[in-house]
Amino acid sequence: MVGESQTAGQGDEAAAQHPLLRALAGRFGARVLGTHAWRGDVSAVIEAGALLEVARFLRDGGEAGFDMLLDVTAVDYLGRAPRFEVVYHLVATTSGARIRLKVPLDGAEPALPSLVSVWPGANWLERETFDMYGIRFEAHPDLRRIYLYDEFEGHPLRKDYPKQKRQPLIGPGSRAESGSTR
Amino acid sequence: MNRKVIEAGRDVLDLPSDALELKLGPSHPATHGTVRILLQLDGERIRKAEVEVGYLHRGFEKECESGQYYQVFPYTDRLNYVSPMINNVGYALACEKLFDLKTPERCQFLRVIASEASRIADHLTCLGACSLELGAFTAFLYAVEARESAWDILDAMCGARVTTNYVRIGGLSHDTDPSFPELARHKLADVARLQKDFEDLLLGNPIFRERMEGTGMLPAPELIALGVTGPVLRAAGVPYDLRRLAPYLVYDRLDFDVPVGGAGDNMDRFLVRTEEIRQSARMIEQCLARLPGGPVDIDDPLIRLPGKGKVFGRMEELIGQFKVVTEGPKPPPGEVYFAVEGGTGELGFYLVSDGTGKPVKCRARSPSFSNTQALSRMVEGSLLADVIPTFDMINMIGGECDR
Repeated sequence: MVGESQTAGQGDEAAAQHPLLRALAGRFGARVLGTHAWRGDVSAVIEAGALLEVARFLRDGGEAGFDMLLDVTAVDYLGRAPRFEVVYHLVATTSGARIRLKVPLDGAEPALPSLVSVWPGANWLERETFDMYGIRFEAHPDLRRIYLYDEFEGHPLRKDYPKQKRQPLIGPGSRAESGSTR
Repeated sequence: MNRKVIEAGRDVLDLPSDALELKLGPSHPATHGTVRILLQLDGERIRKAEVEVGYLHRGFEKECESGQYYQVFPYTDRLNYVSPMINNVGYALACEKLFDLKTPERCQFLRVIASEASRIADHLTCLGACSLELGAFTAFLYAVEARESAWDILDAMCGARVTTNYVRIGGLSHDTDPSFPELARHKLADVARLQKDFEDLLLGNPIFRERMEGTGMLPAPELIALGVTGPVLRAAGVPYDLRRLAPYLVYDRLDFDVPVGGAGDNMDRFLVRTEEIRQSARMIEQCLARLPGGPVDIDDPLIRLPGKGKVFGRMEELIGQFKVVTEGPKPPPGEVYFAVEGGTGELGFYLVSDGTGKPVKCRARSPSFSNTQALSRMVEGSLLADVIPTFDMINMIGGECDR
């Protein structure tokens, strides 16, 4: 069950003791694919379908009240199935409690629900993850590239994107406009 | 002459009312940092503001994933380049969490001194640039001179003012000189003196006050939902400071206050930063007074370079140096997130290791990115002139925001 992650098996016993992870596992059952606690970090691996519900529960239900979404990013485990893992870091600004949510995703057409409706701060972070990994966030109000330009080909943080890859020139005088093969 | 108006005869109210589109930036004389703000204006009032970032994107993560753990340090200097030491320390602490290391006391005190001197420089840059962009050139010069003194402290520690590259996994690049405490105290006195002049020049100035007071406000719950941290959030009354909430290094042993504001307008953000400079100086003085002796590096030749003195004469250390340089230190497989209180907010590093010498993922959670996202909400409905102080007080640092 926890085979989704590199840390599988390392902190399972500690995770079983953690009240928040127990509450999550109790409430969402098999949709929580695994939990672990390692080096003081608490993580829960959940299904993409349960993401919105889990997010709302963590924000409103329970005691901690995770009112801030700190970070959204992804990790590309090329060669492993499922290939991607989208990672969310949450914090409760009053108590300082933290949790990490991870959602495994298949490599073909990775998509999962957007969390902008829960934390508006997810907007840019999801755009960045889309830009860098090509992961789509459904119902995102404005899913565009954020760092790179629209004509950029590929998603640079994918492990199969070569570091030295060149991009076609854009703008006046470029191949697209003048038809040259430069 | 507009045809519509003529046709409408005396009905002068039938003027075209399309919003005026104004592009502020990417390089505008009244802003610092490369960012473009697309404004839709109705007269001087802002209907909609769209912030475009990414002009300074350099592929920080891609670069880190193709090198070894210790090779990331120079890149962290260039995230928030006005407080590089805090980035160095944050990344080192994330690595040490992954490796499960504890550095010697002296190292921890020196890291706090480095971080706080960096914070002083960061805040002075922010405040000075703000005053400059609101027309107070003289005040800016005082802030920059004070910043130079803070940089002198960093210079004495690592030999560089801006691109420090000082901290290492399990230690520091080198120890400080015995004369360092005296020099640091002397420089802090300079900072305090110049800061007083700087504040005296600005805080009584009605033009400055009017542009800062009551502008750029956003209620605290909304700031939290947008992921805003640092002085901007504290100015709105939320005491979210990781040095207090989740103390790292020796912050739990230091005596300091976490200043918070009330209204959360630009003036509060300004005053929170001026007070934080004083608190940082207070922390440095405490660290200098209690600076313990002993080594600054951990004693593990497979993680921290053993030093040339040992490498030239002994075999194990020579092997250690060879392995550290060629293969890099190898952490156990796993993932960690560690955050420090950066100059602009929570600076976090998320590392994923597969047990080799290269990180699978090296992510910097940059406070500037999330804070800049809130800019459009802060200025929509306000006047065009309010964009300048609000953008200044968000203190977007391009290198950190765009990574």
